[in-house]
Amino acid sequence: MSMLDVNGLNVWFGKNRDRVDAVKGATFDVGQGESFGLVGESGSGKSTILRAITGLAPNWSGAMTLDGKPIGKKRPKEFFKTVQMVFQDPYASLHPRHSVDQVLGETLHLHGFKDIDTRVVKLLDDVGLGQKFRFRYPHQLSGGQRQRVAIARALAPEPELLLLDEPTSALDVSVQAEILNLLADLRNDRGLTYLMVSHDLSVVGHMCDRLAVMKDGEIVEILDVAALRAMNATHTYSKQLLEASL
Amino acid sequence: MAETQTMREWLLAETPTSRRHAKISALYQGWLSFRSNTMAMIGLGILVLLVFIAAAAPLLSPHDPFVQDLGNRLAPLGTDGHIFGTDSLGRDILSRLIYGARITLYIVALVALIAPIAGLLVGTVSGYVGGWTDTVLMRITDIFLAFPRLVLALAFVAALGAGIENAVLAISLTAWPPYARIARAETLTIRSSDFISAIKLQGAGPLRIITKHIWPLCISSLIVRVTLDMAGIILAAAGLGFLGLGAQPPSPEWGAMISEGRRFILDYWWVATMPGLAIFTVSLAFNLLGDGLRDVLDPKAGE
Repeated sequence: MSMLDVNGLNVWFGKNRDRVDAVKGATFDVGQGESFGLVGESGSGKSTILRAITGLAPNWSGAMTLDGKPIGKKRPKEFFKTVQMVFQDPYASLHPRHSVDQVLGETLHLHGFKDIDTRVVKLLDDVGLGQKFRFRYPHQLSGGQRQRVAIARALAPEPELLLLDEPTSALDVSVQAEILNLLADLRNDRGLTYLMVSHDLSVVGHMCDRLAVMKDGEIVEILDVAALRAMNATHTYSKQLLEASL
Repeated sequence: MAETQTMREWLLAETPTSRRHAKISALYQGWLSFRSNTMAMIGLGILVLLVFIAAAAPLLSPHDPFVQDLGNRLAPLGTDGHIFGTDSLGRDILSRLIYGARITLYIVALVALIAPIAGLLVGTVSGYVGGWTDTVLMRITDIFLAFPRLVLALAFVAALGAGIENAVLAISLTAWPPYARIARAETLTIRSSDFISAIKLQGAGPLRIITKHIWPLCISSLIVRVTLDMAGIILAAAGLGFLGLGAQPPSPEWGAMISEGRRFILDYWWVATMPGLAIFTVSLAFNLLGDGLRDVLDPKAGE
């Protein structure tokens, strides 16, 4: 059964003469428990698809269904209990004046949890940050630690679908592997579904079951990872992409 | 000594043990970096002294600031019992300066409460909501900005009647637009940042986002701006007093005292100079404090 179904999605910015079509007729589906990748060069509309799903990009048309239910223009609270997002830059995605405890506590409070203290402790353990990080501020954390906090925040409402917007591209190479392993472990433990955006084919090859290749706002090809490893792309652009990543 | 050492260690702990501990520790570190700025500490010292003087005015002033002694009018500096001399009605200038500190603090505190808060509200709402709300609020702000400040205050005081409260209202009315502009500019840069998107994805409404996520980041730059503006506010209040539209005689407001002394400034210079020096000192203290606070409070500098 499919967790997320996107059909003929168009996303644009601006209006009239300034209108820019960022995504044109994107169609794909992500199965329950699957890890699906979106790859393409900068500006190909990968991240915009994630922002359209979460409602951060308000101008979109087409049909999206989550768990069988259509996604409307206004997203109810339950939507955010099912879908959460991890942002690209951990230096920008945490409030500079809020401690880790405040970030997680507020998230839990907004989702109506009562046992906030025990949950904050557990979340920090789950993402491999101990108790000692609980009352630190973002500027007292390294990039990798910040991204762990951001992942903990996304996990707080116990979502089923996690949207990952290049979660490692702003990090050091050595830290990238740690975060990717953490994400893989979390997916195994919790049976999460991932929709992951990346421009790095090796990351997608490591993390995903299937992937869509995007160019200029359009999905040119959907491959599975076996085809990716065998360099079995049919479209010329995906072939170029595969060759370039060698 | 051992106890103070552990206290210091507790305050500077790498890993705070509780929410309260983390807050206190952050405050202490801010204080430490503020303390290393000598000029800012001088400013703070002067202002603490001013507050103390205002609070203890009846104990500190050698004479009643309102008692006239026409036989001893315009006594020079250093006269027996009148260190700063006396004014045209024989009142002790030092005592009047000490009581005037109360009025100055009163004006400064009221304006500092009204103007930045009004500006913060208008600016953040305007910046966050955008669209029509933004256009309407910002055009109103522009209208207020377009008036020359003292002229608008004059018109306002003339309409409401002279007096210290109306002067405060008039100054606040002319002081809020720059704060609204700053708050709006800050909000526009914060609004589209990832951490605001992230809290939106937790289902937070605009009210929570503005008050809990945008305000904390705007307030520091506003506080700095307020302390830098304080000098201007004191001068505006003094200006209104000087024109006879602020504090009314015989109240010992510093600006009104200068205005009185102006008549004899060539022959009896100290009558106008002493309150002038007081205004200068306090304005300078606020400026120094503002500079120091900017270094401590700027969230971008903390990284």
